[in-house]
Amino acid sequence: MNNLIWILIEALIKAVVILNVILLGAATSVYLERKISAVIQDRIGPNRVGPFGVLQPFADVFKLFFKEDIVPKASDKFFHSLAPIISLGVAVAVYAVIPFAHYVEIGGTKYYIGIAPNLNIGLLFILAMTSVGVYGITLAGWSSNNKYSLMGGLRSAAQMISYELSMGLSLIGIILISGSFSLNDIVIGQANWKWNVFLQPLGFLIFLVSAFAETNRAPFDLPEAEPELVGGYNTEYSGMKFGMFFLAEYANMATSSAFITLLYFGGWQLPFSPDLLGLAEGSIGLAVAQFLVFFIKVVFFIMFFIWVRWSIPRFRYDQLMRLGWKVLLPLSLLNVVLTAAAILIFK
Amino acid sequence: MNIEHNIERERMTFWERIYLPEIARGLGLTFRRMLRPKMTRQYPEERWEPLGSYRGRPVLVEEDSVERCVACGLCARVCPALAIEVQASETELDKERFPIKFEINMLRCIYCGFCEEVCPEEAIVMSKDYELVFTSPEAGIMDKAKLLVPIAQLQDRLEFVRRYR
Repeated sequence: MNNLIWILIEALIKAVVILNVILLGAATSVYLERKISAVIQDRIGPNRVGPFGVLQPFADVFKLFFKEDIVPKASDKFFHSLAPIISLGVAVAVYAVIPFAHYVEIGGTKYYIGIAPNLNIGLLFILAMTSVGVYGITLAGWSSNNKYSLMGGLRSAAQMISYELSMGLSLIGIILISGSFSLNDIVIGQANWKWNVFLQPLGFLIFLVSAFAETNRAPFDLPEAEPELVGGYNTEYSGMKFGMFFLAEYANMATSSAFITLLYFGGWQLPFSPDLLGLAEGSIGLAVAQFLVFFIKVVFFIMFFIWVRWSIPRFRYDQLMRLGWKVLLPLSLLNVVLTAAAILIFK
Repeated sequence: MNIEHNIERERMTFWERIYLPEIARGLGLTFRRMLRPKMTRQYPEERWEPLGSYRGRPVLVEEDSVERCVACGLCARVCPALAIEVQASETELDKERFPIKFEINMLRCIYCGFCEEVCPEEAIVMSKDYELVFTSPEAGIMDKAKLLVPIAQLQDRLEFVRRYR
């Protein structure tokens, strides 16, 4: 009993710290998005609030806090308020199983960096959580009682379900290689440059494309395609409810980046042997180094997401569906078969 | 509609149809864009200096600390937006007439430059002033004190008017 309380307290402290890190990360992604989009378009971007405009996302969020929260008269009030909470909650909940570094050993006890990084169904947990994210967007579209919102919500549901299939199938290759659902085990299996991206190039491409579709980012941002759907599912949202969708989008982007890093790019594994730094396994210094490596990889992928958004035009809806069902799904099935065959032959 | 022709399969080569090389090309293009110099002007610190051809706020030319205007009223007559009001009076100077009241309603002015074009004395010209902000409708009605600008500041425009009129 006493033991359980300590575990809960440990998890709570970790959760508070990680929650803050995520929300800060989301704010930083907003800043990066604005800055990179500006640079691509020969502009400078935000540079007035704080040094180089780094406080701009905070200014934006404070503005959203003080804005009037308009709820349409004909909307379903309860679900209208619930939808953004689901969206943000799910985006944040995924971080429960993400390992930020390996572990720190203090007084003989191993403290893993992450709320529950050794959860033996971590991968499934993430897939389940991202699927629940569809509810947030679909409910937002449905409860707003607005045709554009509804169209946006339906599109997003169709899109996410279609791409989840190929996403899940492309992950099977990794599960076959590592033999585990636990994210920490998958990362440990990628030591010494045995990154999954080299073993699973096809699976990586499928996963990358599906990740773009899952997070509703360009070129697959059809749920909020401005020219045809006004604002999509967030047409009828204002104030902090809109802000929650906004943060959820960027938190999702950070999740996807973290996920790609963990599964395909070695997660927190240092790019060289840890002995080179002269740090013992379990020391705080090594954990910090591992966290920095993880962080740099994640930021790189966030920047890649943003870079793609400002380079590639949006897909048409039928093109999106054709790509999902006729191209990615068969390819991911092929990937599963190839991986299984390779493991049978070489092991 | 005939969808048998001009379909994606005919328009694009194999490498274009698998998207990825073209996406990489697009990403390369935007990456090269990132390295180019920026177009942004940091406005309040870095102001734009218009050329002589710029039609900003119309002003009265002040020569030897008195306006050139002889209050003929042509500008008020030609103004399509009815923004100008002139009242003439007599003076001891050589020009004999001067405007005792000259008002331009900047809420009505459309910056067409007809007043400048029609003026026989080159007394009203368009200045380079483009920061026209006022906080009440009354402040938008500019009287003679606000309109008078020394001739030295208007040389660019006067040169332009003489050359192209």
